[in-house]
Amino acid sequence: MHELAVTESVLEIAEKHALQAQALRVTDVYLVIGRLASIVDDSIQFYWEMIAANTICQDSKLHFQRVPAQMTCLDCQTIFDISDRTTPCPNCASYHLKITAGEEFYVDSIAIEK
Amino acid sequence: MPLTRLPIVENILSANDQVADLNRKLLDDHNLLAINLMASPGAGKTSFILKTIQSISPKIRLGVIEGDTAPVTIDADKINSVGIPAVQINTGGECHLDAVMVKAGMQQLPLAELDLLVIENVGNLICPAAFNLGTHINLLIASIPEGDDKPYKYPNIYRGIDVLLVNKTDLLPYIDFNMEYFRQGVEMLNPGLTTFAVSCKTLDGFPEWISWLCQQIAKKIVNHES
Repeated sequence: MHELAVTESVLEIAEKHALQAQALRVTDVYLVIGRLASIVDDSIQFYWEMIAANTICQDSKLHFQRVPAQMTCLDCQTIFDISDRTTPCPNCASYHLKITAGEEFYVDSIAIEK
Repeated sequence: MPLTRLPIVENILSANDQVADLNRKLLDDHNLLAINLMASPGAGKTSFILKTIQSISPKIRLGVIEGDTAPVTIDADKINSVGIPAVQINTGGECHLDAVMVKAGMQQLPLAELDLLVIENVGNLICPAAFNLGTHINLLIASIPEGDDKPYKYPNIYRGIDVLLVNKTDLLPYIDFNMEYFRQGVEMLNPGLTTFAVSCKTLDGFPEWISWLCQQIAKKIVNHES
């Protein structure tokens, strides 16, 4: 989807926290992104190199931690992983499901030089 | 040079969410119910808005924000031509509306004179799902010609909505659309979702939709006054 808007937002967050901490330079940015977030890592990496140039984040490395998608059955409480398609509960075939992991979408931390 | 690891844990789209919160506050201050209307291109978003206007105007005072990726005013012109205030937002190629664009759109509308604000998002089943606009109701229009597999292919948008309209039911006799399969997909993603099957052509199903909509507007007014 809109990887450029997402990358700009990551840069904004990293810059804000780096300046608050009086960092000289950001070396690493750690992202946590659930499987259900429609984001292509390569595209973010591509935009990152362009938009981070001439900022405190220049030449910093992006790290992606991908969280697998998980559903919980509301009828029998079975917890199961989902891959690329939504399926009913493997235990009781119920359609009453709730997503319990995979929607994460945040900047976890940054590494800075002071 | 020593490295320090600085914990942050900040949502990537938090800047958008903050503006969305401001939008929500502005809407609530004006006692105005807002709907974020999403669908794929050609699902009948603008026709649906026009038919809804026909059914509730002038009793309920509507305003419309039209989002499009191209600098055209086709949709806003259609709405304006029936005497309803509408502003067109050109997203400049972006695939979705965000809270900042909606804020700009709201500034051009007479909010104090409205009961209902309908925001027609860019035709797209992926990106609009990720951007909170500050609206009260997320509405999706699915149309019969799109096929019965869309909940399975675009799960994120089905997960985040409050009401689903299945449009173009007049085409059911001509298209292989398995309603049971479609509904099962929706149920997995959004159990118990409020759903209306309608046709903008024949107006089938509109009385039920309009009655639900009027209830939501009435609830908003009661909540505000209490």
